[in-house]
Amino acid sequence: MNFAKEFSKGLIKENPTFGLLLGMCPTLAVTTAAVNGLGMGLAVTFVLVCSNLMISLIRNIVPSKIRIPIYVVVIATFVTVVDMVMQAFVPSLHQVLGLFIPLIVVNCIILQRAEAFASQHGPLDSVADGLGMGLGFTGALTILGSIREILGAGTWFGKTLFGAGFQPMLIMSLAPGAFMTLGLLIALLNYVRARRTV
Amino acid sequence: MGTRLVIIFISGILINNIVLSRSIGICPFLGVSKQVETAIGMGLAVTFVMTVSSAATWVVQTYVLEKFDLMYLQTITFILIIAALVQFVEMVILKSSPTLYQGLGVYLPLITTNCAVLGVTIINVDNHYNLLESMINGCAVALGFTLAIVIFAGIRERLAFSDIPKPFQGFPIALITAGLLSIAFLGFQGLL
Repeated sequence: MNFAKEFSKGLIKENPTFGLLLGMCPTLAVTTAAVNGLGMGLAVTFVLVCSNLMISLIRNIVPSKIRIPIYVVVIATFVTVVDMVMQAFVPSLHQVLGLFIPLIVVNCIILQRAEAFASQHGPLDSVADGLGMGLGFTGALTILGSIREILGAGTWFGKTLFGAGFQPMLIMSLAPGAFMTLGLLIALLNYVRARRTV
Repeated sequence: MGTRLVIIFISGILINNIVLSRSIGICPFLGVSKQVETAIGMGLAVTFVMTVSSAATWVVQTYVLEKFDLMYLQTITFILIIAALVQFVEMVILKSSPTLYQGLGVYLPLITTNCAVLGVTIINVDNHYNLLESMINGCAVALGFTLAIVIFAGIRERLAFSDIPKPFQGFPIALITAGLLSIAFLGFQGLL
């Protein structure tokens, strides 16, 4: 029962991207195409689940004064694992994400979940929390990536969607497109929420 | 040699502005940009940490990681060096200037998780910069960060008095402002 509750809260209600506004850098930088967003999201999910599990297991033996450096080392270890696995099995995606894979270490979502959740809850709940948050993040990145890919290149997961007359909006693939798409999406969500509560 | 350094410097500040072109370091950019004063403080602290950590990571990269073929430890090593440096800077500022320490307060430890710092050290390695080039690049990127965050804080101070539609209040309008600012910085692309 508890597992399902901890899992589902990250998907929509406390969605890390649209609700808590955490982990903005990869959200904005890698979402030029839907597949990049999906790949990044899954990499973060893996690190989040593993680090949540590990931190929850060692939570009672870690002195509270040096807990942050220890968390960072745990997270960095799993990021290195992801980095090497991706290089070996999906080299083309690894090439595109490049710099942003090591930067998962400083993704605030992971440290925030470690500090706010995994350090106070049991292993099972922590895994559920990590999985939910990770998949919520993946979903958000995929949506953002889809919008930018469709408008900026006229394709979705690499498939051409429109006829030859379609003029892609190049700006959507560049940094400004990322800022504006996310801004408009959050405004839309705020609008929907406000309508619902009235 | 001289021209190469100038090119790295200008490209770090304007053309490849870390926040507005590469989208790295967004968290402090959105979080610490409500007032111009704190934005300047944050920018200066980041400048110092970034320049020093560029030098420190270069030394470790060249004389330890590459020498003993330990490249896979890069991420862990770099983040530990940065965390240690931030702690050190915090202690130095606390001893030497308590007023500045009060002003920076919470933001100092946050620099550790500023992905721009880790980002710049990895960019240095990827581009095979030497020690001097790494330091120049670190300093330039940090100045670019400061420039972006101070301009952004200036705009947000004005925004606070504007009549913004309800769903856009807070983060959405900030993100859209950042988008417009980022379009403005696209204009520097043809500079070099």
